[in-house]
Amino acid sequence: MGQKPITFFRQVLALCSYPDLLEDSKFPEDAKSRARRILQACGGGSLGAYSTSQGIEIIRQDVARYIERRDGGIPCDPDNIYLSIGASDAIVTMLKLLVSGEGMSRTGVMISIPQYPLYSAALAELGAVQISYYLEEDNCWSLDINELRRALQEAKKHCSPRALCIINPGNPTGQVQSRQCIEDVIRFAATENLFLMSDEVYQDNVYADGCKFHSFKKVLFEMGPEYSEKVELASFHSTSKCYMGECGFRGGYMEVVNLDPEVKVQLTKLVSVRLCPPVPGQALLDVVVNPPQPDEPSYDTFIKERTETLATLAEKANMTQEILNQVPGIKCNPVQGAMYSFPRIHLPPKAILEAKVESACTQFNLISVLFMDISKGEKGQSPDMFYCMKLLEETGICLVPGSGFGQRDGTYHFRMTILPSKEKLKIVLAKIKEFHQHFTDQYS
Amino acid sequence: MSFLREISPLVKNTFLSERDVLSICAAQIAAEIQQDERKNYNEVLDLSSGDLHRGGIKSITFVRQVLAACFYPALLEDDSLPLDVKQRADGLLRQCDGGSVGSYTDSCGIVKIKQCVSKFITRRDGGVPSSPDNIFITSGSQMLMLKLLVQSGGSCRTGVLIPVPTYATFTQALEDQGAAIIPYHLCEEQGWTLQVEELRRALHAGRRTCNPVALYICNPGNPTGIIQSRKSIEEVIRFAAEERLFLLADEVYQSCVYGEDTEFESYKKVLSEMGSTIASTVELASFNSASKGFMGECGLRGGYVELVNLDPAVKEYTRTLFSTRSSPPVGGQIALDLMTDPPKPGDPSFLTFSEVEVFGEIPGISCQPLKAGFFVFPCLHLPLRAIKWAKKKQMEPDMLYCLHLLEETGLHVRPGCEFGQRKDSYHFRFDTMEDALQRLKTFHKQFMKEFS
Repeated sequence: MGQKPITFFRQVLALCSYPDLLEDSKFPEDAKSRARRILQACGGGSLGAYSTSQGIEIIRQDVARYIERRDGGIPCDPDNIYLSIGASDAIVTMLKLLVSGEGMSRTGVMISIPQYPLYSAALAELGAVQISYYLEEDNCWSLDINELRRALQEAKKHCSPRALCIINPGNPTGQVQSRQCIEDVIRFAATENLFLMSDEVYQDNVYADGCKFHSFKKVLFEMGPEYSEKVELASFHSTSKCYMGECGFRGGYMEVVNLDPEVKVQLTKLVSVRLCPPVPGQALLDVVVNPPQPDEPSYDTFIKERTETLATLAEKANMTQEILNQVPGIKCNPVQGAMYSFPRIHLPPKAILEAKVESACTQFNLISVLFMDISKGEKGQSPDMFYCMKLLEETGICLVPGSGFGQRDGTYHFRMTILPSKEKLKIVLAKIKEFHQHFTDQYS
Repeated sequence: MSFLREISPLVKNTFLSERDVLSICAAQIAAEIQQDERKNYNEVLDLSSGDLHRGGIKSITFVRQVLAACFYPALLEDDSLPLDVKQRADGLLRQCDGGSVGSYTDSCGIVKIKQCVSKFITRRDGGVPSSPDNIFITSGSQMLMLKLLVQSGGSCRTGVLIPVPTYATFTQALEDQGAAIIPYHLCEEQGWTLQVEELRRALHAGRRTCNPVALYICNPGNPTGIIQSRKSIEEVIRFAAEERLFLLADEVYQSCVYGEDTEFESYKKVLSEMGSTIASTVELASFNSASKGFMGECGLRGGYVELVNLDPAVKEYTRTLFSTRSSPPVGGQIALDLMTDPPKPGDPSFLTFSEVEVFGEIPGISCQPLKAGFFVFPCLHLPLRAIKWAKKKQMEPDMLYCLHLLEETGLHVRPGCEFGQRKDSYHFRFDTMEDALQRLKTFHKQFMKEFS
């Protein structure tokens, strides 16, 4: 989307791909030393060799050290780190492990509404039971323990709840969980014997004043052995988001905490079936967790690029929220983190009616299949899909309807990213504003 | 910590490859060598997987230059890179969103690369048309395709016919999906050929316990190193047509063919030449990858599958399935582009080796000639004492042999039990590197003497 990649990362990757460049004086020494170290750990000194299925060992060690630094010194065992093909691969792998049973004993997995549809898709594919818990829109999309409790009790009647998934910072909502909330969730998981899956791929994307990223692992360990020795946790991270934005490389990892050793054996076996994660992605992850230090030649440029990317995102988050909230009929919660805005849109009854009558346009079948709330079994389109189609046709702006992520009945939303450049984003927001007013008038 | 013991039975039932035992030992020995604690050899030669680079073969310079330029476009201004590298990298970057390889791509792969692949297929098959719409780029493995075919429940459990021997990872992937494996034996005495009567026998046996849906063939073969004759391919296709089986043709070694009288013909090409009824009805998925062939870029994870004669609705569903996986790794996609559209004249596309009787002179080892791929699958005629000793150690005899081989010579190879073999027969999968052959010959004589 026009975001510039971090120079240092791309230099190291180029050096790893074509080691002759190690003789090229145009590359800085710190990039070269990292490349050499990575290549030494690769079979035959090449990115083209398979790695072990859990991921290159020194990279897992570097990831462990990164986690320790991030979490104020709480120990991390590299053996608990599994490198993966983006975070998605690791998430699906964990879910594969967890899903079993039939009928009443079929595994249930708790997931937020709204959520990133990888979860609902994976659960559907695995035949697991999706247990939806609603985030509080009126309270900045925060997580309410009472709602978790309600959802769980309800679910126990027809399945065997085993896991609880949290996305923090949230996608699509952008909320950043408070520390108190994280503690409450951990206590809940401990009481109810649930496996915690914390999707933390946006951990560097925190913008709002007063908001801070707290890793589930850190909070868990700070809650003392009563919890830190008992609660099972898998947390996920990736090179696709934050300030790196290197989605195409498919770099990622998961850290597992308190897994039964026998279960870990099964996990290790499971990942071996897909041979290994792409080695360039592993190499990239290594530099992400091992960036230039203050005394190294690439440090200044690196810090400048990183700061600029994150600062710009923060500005755009703010701008998006402000402009959208000026539109009558659009209400936008603060974009506290991540990369999206998920405003609520008020749709006139006539529009809702028209959506129900209209059949899904066949050329958009794929989007329909992926994002439609099929469980509703309604005829025609969701009203917010209808809205987004019209927006696309009239302005060329492509957003995703809230129905794809889940929302309370009778409410409608769309998700947009805050990734275009500031100038472009201003134009996009102005067009959305104009469209919304026109749409509202048209269907009044 | 307790409830996780009730994890998915599909995972629990997946065969735990003995890879660990040998691999752990190999790693230990490598560490000892590092600390100068080994005298009889100074490196572990890893022949355990079809990994050219790990085995010491260098990557193709052109490939790595293009990759580097794509990763770090500042290199496009560099004088040191040849013009064709820059042009290729520039062209590829234009296909990426925002001109960056860091962007997600289309979940089925970059369109231009799929076009490149389909042109490659058309050239390879002497003009048989191939559409980019039928090409799906993957991150190397075949797992997504299996999802389409496999239903794991009850009496409707999907069965897949698998050759014995076959490489373990594929079997594991099937079991992971909950499929039933229906083994059919290749005929070692006749050069590891596929006999249709054996296919028929296996299918009928399979029908008693599951619902056979697909037939998997690996050509050129892994671990056997054979190339299927055209006649054999036609027989298999006819069989699939009669029995309404979905053909899974694993053709990842298609560009490693040796010997003057051997030629690779794709299943798709042969299918297209078998008359309009069969040609338009037999459903086929053929797989290729950047991991093998002359590039050997296993770590980049680039592969594709071409779907032939699939119902349009099923193809649409395939697209949906792929879309749940975001995008295939971009490094792998670049590798595929280069593999299917390599630089023109002057560059090697085929390794040229003459056909070799590799183990002709080693008593106690017999081996079918190497025709294609990276491996041979020699048969071990082990003395009774060795077999008894292995059984005492609760180990497969060929695993025992491989462990001793590793200890004595630093050669890491895989035992036949991992690939499947007829009862009471023993094999190991081997590479034909000269150095490895020497070490093996010396060891084998010693081993046979010790256990006679």
